[in-house]
Amino acid sequence: MSTLVTLPVLLPILGAALTVIFARSARVQRLIGIVVLAAVSAVAAVLLVAADRGGVADHQQSGPVVVELGGWPAPVGIVLVADRLSALLLLISTVVTLAVLVYAIDQRISDYGRDTASTTFHPIFLLLSTGVSLAYLTGDLFSLFVAFEIMLAASYVLITRRTNASRIRSGMTYVIISLTSSLLFLTTIALVYASTGTVNLADLAGKVAALPPGLRTLLSMLVIVTFGIKAAMVPLHFWLPDSYPNAPAPVTALFAGLLTKVGIYALLRTQTLVFPGDGPSAVLLVLAVLTMVVGALGALAQNDLNRLLSFLLVSHIGFMLFGLAVHDPHGVAGTALYVVHHITVQATLFLVSGLITRRTGTVSIDQMGGLARRSPILAILFAVPALTLAGIPPTSGFVAKLALLQAGAGGTVGTAVVAGFVVLASLLTLWAVARVWLRVFWGAEKEPLPDADPTDELVVGTAKTSQPMYWATAALIAVSIGIAAAAGPLSAVTERAGTDLIARVPYLEAVLG
Amino acid sequence: MTTINLAMAVVLAVLYSVGFYLLLQRSLMRILIGIVVLGHGANLLLQLAGGPPARAPVLGTALPEEFADPLPQALALTAIVITFALTTYLLALGYRSWVLTGHDEVQDDLEDRRIAATDRPDGSMEEDTEGGDDGEDPGSAAASNEPVESESESDSTEPAESAR
Repeated sequence: MSTLVTLPVLLPILGAALTVIFARSARVQRLIGIVVLAAVSAVAAVLLVAADRGGVADHQQSGPVVVELGGWPAPVGIVLVADRLSALLLLISTVVTLAVLVYAIDQRISDYGRDTASTTFHPIFLLLSTGVSLAYLTGDLFSLFVAFEIMLAASYVLITRRTNASRIRSGMTYVIISLTSSLLFLTTIALVYASTGTVNLADLAGKVAALPPGLRTLLSMLVIVTFGIKAAMVPLHFWLPDSYPNAPAPVTALFAGLLTKVGIYALLRTQTLVFPGDGPSAVLLVLAVLTMVVGALGALAQNDLNRLLSFLLVSHIGFMLFGLAVHDPHGVAGTALYVVHHITVQATLFLVSGLITRRTGTVSIDQMGGLARRSPILAILFAVPALTLAGIPPTSGFVAKLALLQAGAGGTVGTAVVAGFVVLASLLTLWAVARVWLRVFWGAEKEPLPDADPTDELVVGTAKTSQPMYWATAALIAVSIGIAAAAGPLSAVTERAGTDLIARVPYLEAVLG
Repeated sequence: MTTINLAMAVVLAVLYSVGFYLLLQRSLMRILIGIVVLGHGANLLLQLAGGPPARAPVLGTALPEEFADPLPQALALTAIVITFALTTYLLALGYRSWVLTGHDEVQDDLEDRRIAATDRPDGSMEEDTEGGDDGEDPGSAAASNEPVESESESDSTEPAESAR
């Protein structure tokens, strides 16, 4: 059973190697990509059941499934740990990755034109998936760094593929910011090791608690800044709306869905396990409010559809920070539920935006109009995730926001006030997506702009959509409806995950024995 | 907890401050060198985290009490490889930027250029150093709406001039 934990990391990286071997055949590459991601989804589902029910693992009564790599026990060796939180996020991430891969294949960004198979897209895509899986599963701070580097290095290639003069600027911003945050992460690891002598997360939990409070605060703040850059937390968000919109729609969808959430996951893991506070964290509460409000106001000022969605992404990072800041089982559970909901819905919105811009030939909202009459399917595909993002009942956004609001109301006065900001940011989100709806789907019909560069299949282009692109988008919407339908069992799982995360004991016992 | 000697602390401080100073420059080459220097700083810090220099571990030439901590060395080795690879990638990117745009300057982001355009009397989006390559920017269609007001202002001044 415990060997299963290694599969989400091994399968994609071996798949990536296979796709390099079969670089001549685009069809085989696609097949490998889809089969590998489907297999990882299945493994993640099994892991979730195992971690949630307990007792499935070989010699553990319950709780997280642990594998010690190379047979070295923690804290000497590296461990992979699948507890409820990591298994749940792994499952939803892989499902979203799979849908995005199908969409990307049919947008033909996976190969260069009709004849030549691309040698880069599929291996890089699978490597990104490897990095994401490893980041969720690892129980070791340095492995987490390596996982981030695998993921980011893959993302650098994806965001700068087929560079032209405009794409190189956004790619450069992204690479430089990410490298800076990686070096900060490395500095943090060095300082943590110098003060405790270990990089194992479970071992750190005990040793960091013994440090002087000043040093502990310093390390905690460094971790928040490092992962805050990756998660696009205000005031460290400035790179995101500038770099994401210039990538092709599926790549943006993948980044928006996964990369920032991995940052949130790392924050969640380190803040609950290694740097637990006793009660709500004032710093994180303030950051959460800033992120929510600045992101939502930024979105209202945009005319570019992708930039607008990027700012909404920033805004909703604040929601997840809020649950973490409350720092009780309900708050952390709310964050976990929100991450699951938001990975799905944000990826869907960027995929829909890709479909819209292909049809209209522009990303400028001013130049679109009356799309609902020309393409009712597209209108439905946009309306459902947009309302989900705004949190209208009975969508999954409502379920997740309700969990956060209940956690905020159940906390201190401070968290209750911030819960008010959650409502405000939700209303601003609704306003932003309603503006898009009014100006893009209603109003006078406008002719699509001519394709600026017919040979460039990556960004905007008229008419070149295919059925599977719609199916992949619809499948993600179905997943998000599924989340809403399964809200009861799912929030029960996240509640248990939240309780475990705050209690820390199940994780520590599973890793250290 | 380990303490490090003063010389190393000074070297680290210099590496970090030079690194961050260079990161704040406009030229991509300088940023690249900044990342290299900063990477050296981080790797050196990782080395020093293992404590003072000591005998080689595992080989059997020294007693276990005299061993240096091998873990930070392994970590630093991994980190060196990663920073090296990514520096190479950034260098390639800088070269690509130079081929495409003729310079390796990191440009302002779109929002900055829009704000700069509203501040300028003629409302132009042109930057001082270059221009022209912004036309393909998918977002520039959005930004191009901005100067409309100031254009109409300049229109209204023209008849006055011709009347004179």
